[in-house]
Amino acid sequence: MTVFAQQDNKAPTKRSAARPGRGGYWWYLVPGAILFVAVIGGPLIYNTFLSLTKWSGVGSPRFIGFGNYVRLFHDSVFWTSFKNSIAMIIAMVIIPTLIGLLLASVLFDYLGKRFGSSGISVLRAVFYLPQVLPVVVAGIVWGWILRPDGAFNAFLDAIGLSGFTKDWLGNPNTALPAVMLVMVWVQIGYPVVIFMSALGRVDPEIYEAAEIDGAGYWARFRAITLPQIRPETFVVALTCTIAALKVFGPIYALTRGGPENATNVPSYFAYYTFFKKLDVGYGAAIATVLTIIIVLVAVGIMQWQAASERKELSGS
Amino acid sequence: MSVPVLTTADTPERSAGQRLADERAVKARDRLHRGAGRWVVLAIITFGALLMLIPFGMMLLNAFKSPADYSVNGPLSWPTEFYTNGLVNYWNASDYPLKLWNSTVIAGTVAVLAVAISLLNAYAIGVGRVKGRLWIVALFLLGNMIPQEALVYPLYFFAKQTGLYNTKLVVIIIFVVIQSAFGTYLLASVLGTFPKALLEAAALDGANRWQILWKVVFPIVRPTLSVLLIFFFIWTWNEFFIPLVMLIDNDTQTIPVALASLQGDRLMDAPTTNAGALISLIPAVIFFLIFQRTLTRGVTAGAIK
Repeated sequence: MTVFAQQDNKAPTKRSAARPGRGGYWWYLVPGAILFVAVIGGPLIYNTFLSLTKWSGVGSPRFIGFGNYVRLFHDSVFWTSFKNSIAMIIAMVIIPTLIGLLLASVLFDYLGKRFGSSGISVLRAVFYLPQVLPVVVAGIVWGWILRPDGAFNAFLDAIGLSGFTKDWLGNPNTALPAVMLVMVWVQIGYPVVIFMSALGRVDPEIYEAAEIDGAGYWARFRAITLPQIRPETFVVALTCTIAALKVFGPIYALTRGGPENATNVPSYFAYYTFFKKLDVGYGAAIATVLTIIIVLVAVGIMQWQAASERKELSGS
Repeated sequence: MSVPVLTTADTPERSAGQRLADERAVKARDRLHRGAGRWVVLAIITFGALLMLIPFGMMLLNAFKSPADYSVNGPLSWPTEFYTNGLVNYWNASDYPLKLWNSTVIAGTVAVLAVAISLLNAYAIGVGRVKGRLWIVALFLLGNMIPQEALVYPLYFFAKQTGLYNTKLVVIIIFVVIQSAFGTYLLASVLGTFPKALLEAAALDGANRWQILWKVVFPIVRPTLSVLLIFFFIWTWNEFFIPLVMLIDNDTQTIPVALASLQGDRLMDAPTTNAGALISLIPAVIFFLIFQRTLTRGVTAGAIK
């Protein structure tokens, strides 16, 4: 009885100590919340409002309803820029993920076991290097390499292919593939690093057992590597797709969306409309559509991941 | 590369089978260190890595070339003299020490403040388990996901109204929020698994919440915080879009914006462009060399959640 009584006595004090505490934690969110509303929440809402107006940035915005969106729908530049976003997804998500998978598994599973891990980490660092550099600076170097008098044409001349030299970034037919090449170069190290550390998580005995049982490299790649690193594959797909839809710096440094919008992307299109054409309402509409697409794509990929995890759980 | 396949079912005795398996394991390990195949694969991958380095090689080759040399011999030739005027010219034209200072102040302040805000937010969400925490985390994740284009005009307009336009402060405030949105998302899940026993022990000793945060939680999550700090620093250092819009003159611009705006003026010849790119890349390469291990590990910490 005494024990119960003691507990009864203690319970209210404990609860009363916990109660104000629960409220007390809210204070820790205050600075973050104020900053969030000022820099992200407020501006996002205001931008959405601006997308319903006509405004040059001076005077007061004039409400025009969905006029900007109707105009956007009929604007071929808008469609071109989103078509180019798909090209960016190919160059920044699909190609780097596929090459990255192969590189990571060769580096980790094949070369790592034969030459030791220190040499391998140097190779990994080389592939990763473009990821940590200011992408605009790298873009400016590439812009010079691909110029008519740049290093790439000089190389073609040197190996006797002078007939193929051209203004790679100035020609509407080659500008987009050239930009895509640069983006593959920028992006490739990210999946390599993520996949390699994912492979580090896999129990080496699984590989050894498979190898002893006579499984060749490809059999191991398909039966062990791919399923083991599926969570990371989703992370790479999600983060790289968002990055591809947002890409701005390299386009600014390489082509400014030209020639004839051949490399224009939504973010550059919005920037140009805001700050060069001073058509703020229209720029806000472009940015709003881009935001909606990014959120939808992100939610879609997360749903896909959740579904695949469920399938895996019920399957095994 | 084909390996003879033996099944253990063939061996009648267990001990014999075991011995055979051991032998095979030794053979497999031996095989790893023999054969020409591995050299071919190594050569292919090394060739790929060298291809990755070509742009840097081209940049180095031409950063030390005089404009006259470049126009006569082109981009591929070895420099006829060790020409450093391109570097000196860019250093002076961009007032490089000032740009380095601006980049350092902005990225350094953002990294420290964003980590602090992330920790406070994550403490309330992960340890405090405030109501609606899932929605709060989702909101922060959304804040990190949305394109900066959807924020830039209102931010630009308000910055002009408040006199913050073209100051380092406005860029710092904006990136503290954007980076801490990611940091909150990451740290909240780390602190969500924080050992309860430690918190309760500290509470029994009479520590209040503020003391628990700094004396118990902070020391334990410090390794994670330092990874975040390094990432926030480098991400902010490399940012381009918002600094391009907000910072318009020599006194405030960061290293990447300065190079892009000087290059945009089309006043720079090819050697100066390369020299400018070279000195603009050097700080980032130094960070990379110092933090290589953290960076390659930290990316993963972010990936696994």
